[in-house]
Amino acid sequence: MTVDPGRIDELRARFSDSGLRSRRVGVGALEDETEAMFDRGWTDGLPVVAPTEARVTRMLDGTTRSSGDIVALIPPSLVECTVEKVAVNAVMAGCRPEYLPVVLAALEAICTDEFNMHGVLATTMGVGPVFVVNGPITRKIGMNAGINVLGHGNRANLTIGRAVQLVIRNVGGGHPGGIDRATHGSPAKLSFCFAEDEAGSPWTTLAEDRGFDRSTNVVTAFCGEAPRILMDQKSRSADSLLRSLASGLLSAVSPRTVLGMDGMLVISPEHMARFRDAGWDRARFMDELGAYLMVESDDILIGAGGIEEGLPGSMGGLTLPKFRPGGLLVVHAGGPAGLFSAIVGGWVNGPMGSDPTSREITL
Amino acid sequence: MNETESTTGQAGSPGGTLLLDPTSEVEPAGRSLVARRTSLEGLTVGLLDISKPRGNVFLDRLEEHLGRRGAAVRRYVKPTFTKPAPVDLRHEIASQCDAVIEALAD
Repeated sequence: MTVDPGRIDELRARFSDSGLRSRRVGVGALEDETEAMFDRGWTDGLPVVAPTEARVTRMLDGTTRSSGDIVALIPPSLVECTVEKVAVNAVMAGCRPEYLPVVLAALEAICTDEFNMHGVLATTMGVGPVFVVNGPITRKIGMNAGINVLGHGNRANLTIGRAVQLVIRNVGGGHPGGIDRATHGSPAKLSFCFAEDEAGSPWTTLAEDRGFDRSTNVVTAFCGEAPRILMDQKSRSADSLLRSLASGLLSAVSPRTVLGMDGMLVISPEHMARFRDAGWDRARFMDELGAYLMVESDDILIGAGGIEEGLPGSMGGLTLPKFRPGGLLVVHAGGPAGLFSAIVGGWVNGPMGSDPTSREITL
Repeated sequence: MNETESTTGQAGSPGGTLLLDPTSEVEPAGRSLVARRTSLEGLTVGLLDISKPRGNVFLDRLEEHLGRRGAAVRRYVKPTFTKPAPVDLRHEIASQCDAVIEALAD
């Protein structure tokens, strides 16, 4: 090797005008950098990578945007956040430079009135932004759409979601115990980001369903809980599996909620095979599923079944859908073996809460 | 971390490391609290319902108590509890009331 990649970054940081404007914080030679960052409250509870000038300079190579560009107003403090500040936090999260465009687009998606990141952060409910990434960039940067897709082991998935959350904590000031007073919180508050398995799916992608071209790189943010697994290992027909999935989806958030909360269904390849074999496309699936997601309001009125939670009595005698139109996001992802799918319950939807929000990822 | 990076940007910090501050570097303006009221007599108190279920039940009771103590009450409602109160609403309350009570309920 003729060029030491670490050396060139160091030389660049030292001798060229990096244009980096962030305050420099000195850590003494006898101090432990990791401990120093914990002490300053810069972490999410896990150790972070030290954001040196060299690393932040290298991170900024991941985007063509100027380091001084404003990305968004970050809640809860609603302060302007530059590309540079995102890069600093992306270094700390452990991102590689090529992940930065996804982090930037994810922040642009959630820091909108539509997604309402302020409310998502501040609610006592254990929800957070869930990111689904579509497009060729997922393969290019090595995102995981397969085995352990919602779990551990993939740097891109985990650090992109983590970088976004670090920006909310460090730039926006959204610290747990401060504005963020969630009763239980959720792993989604640490990092919840994954890619859709597009190549293995017989259907259009989530991004296509939301109006984007298949060749476009898109991040979709959804306000969701931690995922829960729905097991069905015996259904061999599309209809049986559909009924089974619907029975699980009806309990998302609470069996007593209808229309007011959205949901996400992550279908595994083996479950998808039932629908592929039946020749169903996405539209057919959604149509047939919708029929099994109808709820008799009388069953969930206040007091029905001895439960005080529920709909007001004035809503009796109605047949209502569990999800509003467009309120159930369906994604194909997961390892090749395993007759499970995953359900991610949502939060208050629409203008009163949060709408799923997609943004194109620009390099 | 490799040796190269551990010594990056050490000017002013011999042998140590310079880190870039990941925070907004913005400090909120400090404001002192207004003097505590000794009486409610003749005051206008705003009651802000944040649109959580049964917030009105709580505020109705407060209105009764405040009325008995000689305060005039004005009621306000946030469009949704999930978002900060709109600027106009905040301004309206600030210009019309001497004090405000915000109710969280369920």
